[in-house]
Amino acid sequence: MIAELGHFALIIALGLALMQSLVPMVGSFKGYTAWMRLGHSLSYGQFLFIAISFICLATAFWLDDFSLKYVSQNSNTQLPNQYKISAVWAAHEGSLLLWALILAGWTAAVARFSRPLPLELRARILSVLGAISVGFALFLILTSNPFERLLPMTPMQGSDLNPLLQDIGLIIHPPMLYMGYVGFAVPFAFAIAALIGGQFDSAWARWSRPWINMAWVFLTIGITLGSWWAYYELGWGGWWFWDPVENASLMPWLAGTALMHSVSATEKRGVFRSWTLLLAIFAFSLSLLGTFLVRSGILTSVHAFAADPERGVFMLMFLAVVIGGSLMLFALRGPAMSKVASYSGWSREAMLLINNVLLVSSLTMILIGTLYPLIADVLELGKISVGPPYFNFFFVPLSVGLVVAMGIAVFSKWKATDSKFLLSKIPLPLAIAVVGAISLPFVLGDTDSGYSVTAGLTLLLSLWLLATIVIDLKAKIGTDLTRVAKLSHSYLGMQLAHSGLAILVLGVGLNAAYDEIRELRMAPGDSATISGYQFDFKGVNPVAGPNFTAYRGQITVTKGDKWVANLFPEKRQYNAGGQVMTEAAIDPSLARDIYVSLGEPLAEGAWAVSLQVKAFVRCIWLGGILVGLGGLIAATDRRYRRRKTLLENKRAEA
Amino acid sequence: MHPIRKQRLQVVLLIVVASSVAVGLMAYMLGQNANYFFTPSQVLQGEAPENVRIRAGGMVVEGSIERSTDSLEVSFLVTDGMANLKVSYSGILPDLFAEGEAAIATGKLDENNVLQATQVLAKHDENYTPPEVADAMNKAYEMKQKEKQQQQYQEGYE
Repeated sequence: MIAELGHFALIIALGLALMQSLVPMVGSFKGYTAWMRLGHSLSYGQFLFIAISFICLATAFWLDDFSLKYVSQNSNTQLPNQYKISAVWAAHEGSLLLWALILAGWTAAVARFSRPLPLELRARILSVLGAISVGFALFLILTSNPFERLLPMTPMQGSDLNPLLQDIGLIIHPPMLYMGYVGFAVPFAFAIAALIGGQFDSAWARWSRPWINMAWVFLTIGITLGSWWAYYELGWGGWWFWDPVENASLMPWLAGTALMHSVSATEKRGVFRSWTLLLAIFAFSLSLLGTFLVRSGILTSVHAFAADPERGVFMLMFLAVVIGGSLMLFALRGPAMSKVASYSGWSREAMLLINNVLLVSSLTMILIGTLYPLIADVLELGKISVGPPYFNFFFVPLSVGLVVAMGIAVFSKWKATDSKFLLSKIPLPLAIAVVGAISLPFVLGDTDSGYSVTAGLTLLLSLWLLATIVIDLKAKIGTDLTRVAKLSHSYLGMQLAHSGLAILVLGVGLNAAYDEIRELRMAPGDSATISGYQFDFKGVNPVAGPNFTAYRGQITVTKGDKWVANLFPEKRQYNAGGQVMTEAAIDPSLARDIYVSLGEPLAEGAWAVSLQVKAFVRCIWLGGILVGLGGLIAATDRRYRRRKTLLENKRAEA
Repeated sequence: MHPIRKQRLQVVLLIVVASSVAVGLMAYMLGQNANYFFTPSQVLQGEAPENVRIRAGGMVVEGSIERSTDSLEVSFLVTDGMANLKVSYSGILPDLFAEGEAAIATGKLDENNVLQATQVLAKHDENYTPPEVADAMNKAYEMKQKEKQQQQYQEGYE
């Protein structure tokens, strides 16, 4: 009964979305005010019904209703309650429903907070969002219905949630990521509406900025959480693998980052207008592509995709319509949007252009590296996987260029910057960075392993950026600290996000320089020393968890005479599926993580054990969180909340 | 030439040169870092290159796992039903690695046709077989069927 209610609510939501995609749009062309206004209530209604549908599915999970195929495949009576809820978005159907729910949520938020915009534009934005929603609702109902019943052969027990997903990281990671993906639908809808109307001015760009920022913040946090989850849950201590699934989330992030920077130039100086619109289209298209890559099964195999073509073909068509249609519209209308505005070689506009060129280059090479194996497989050129060296070869230098430019950009001014002034700013931060890069590796590293060039270069880069930020802040604040409050949120947010990036770079580089990994055979009583830490293996005992049994090892870590930690890595076997999983034990701190995991049992009570000292790995996620926080602060800038200016402009035009 | 046109020409040339360099570099790096997949039969027929990173895999042969007693050196055979390939690896094997299950190893082939693996991947959940392995098994099966047919045909002829 509950499932049917959910299914029914979904169908009603589809109907509402269909109306929303048509009525306000037609109204905007015909000039029917009432039709245009209808978009708002339809958005709220659609959100309500998708929410009902979502709650119904969650209830089915809560009540262990295994007559639902989706529930029986992804849950189990023994599954702890919090995971029963997160299991809703653990697989294909449920995560699409979450996608639709979040889209409806963003749409309702746009309906609520878009009053400063002209009615016509608002109506068109909501229409475009409605059209996307129609696509997803149809996809759900036609090919991926989560409410499908298994009758009359109802199983007594579910086949359980994949143990890797039974984790707090996986409760919050997908919703965050989807908030980001789907959030880019708002600037996309905005770009389409602007292209249809053939008008895009600074005030509109200003309105779109907090939306772009918020979507980007969610995506940043989502990716950071994903990396953290992979680190501790996959059991071998890596934090980024250049896996297609990860690339799928990084690509819209890079496009979104480029968009965020280019729209600031559009708002302030009216430049890059058509480019900004194009980036808005790219960011959302890549979000859709990411969803498609992860959800269609095409990554596991082109053949699996061909064997169950229904979903894949629908998604491919959906992609073709969205990307093809929007690029067509852009080709027709985009050029008319551009406005000639002059700026000189060292202006902030030019620096933002450099930022965009580097980000889009990174994006392109990741896109090609990710799609190449798929294309090769379709063309029967062999089964290929593209290794991390390809991605690192391009991504590292491009990112280095980005950080170098970022340091200079902070001092640049709109329209034109005196090149002498800019050059005069460089020596001080450069000197700080050079001194740090030469001296610090002697303090941070092992004394006997000598000077690490990787660490030196990392410090050079990271300290350069941090020093420019501090110097610029100092110039703005002077000696009176209360002046911090007078700085705009967008400026503070930018500086915080850029510092976050500096810390992230620090984490990545120092981790690469000082990471120590050793896999070895350990019998009870054995000990090993890595990076000055002594690991004593005490042995392994069987333990029982709520839905698994495990072997739990005990390893005592000491440094010199000092006790550091008792670590208990586990090898779990889950009752329902019999799946074996490694649960690493971690002693975290900012400068290093001690990371221990059990391999397999060997003869005579010995185990294969992996011992790792992961230098500065926490800085990577700390940096990621600061980057996201910076974006959040920038989104709360007071200028975005001034509604009157827009209304006044409109009156002046009228 | 008009100075503005000249400037534009320079910009266009710069873009053309930069993008061709980028495309060339990307193609080269893709070629260098694309790891091709080979089935055990293909490896033993000499189709796979030596000393180039490749991927190879199949089902782990029952009873073929040999562990060293004092280190993490391990070797095992993978099969596609037609031929067995020896894989040698040092380190911890993944959770779902087991005899009779699918595995894919990445590494370089040595002169004795042993794959010196730097990474071993097993399937990532209970119901999953890596598509490469499934494909390899199917190919081997088809070849066997063909051979059988040919044999029957020849026997009939005789």
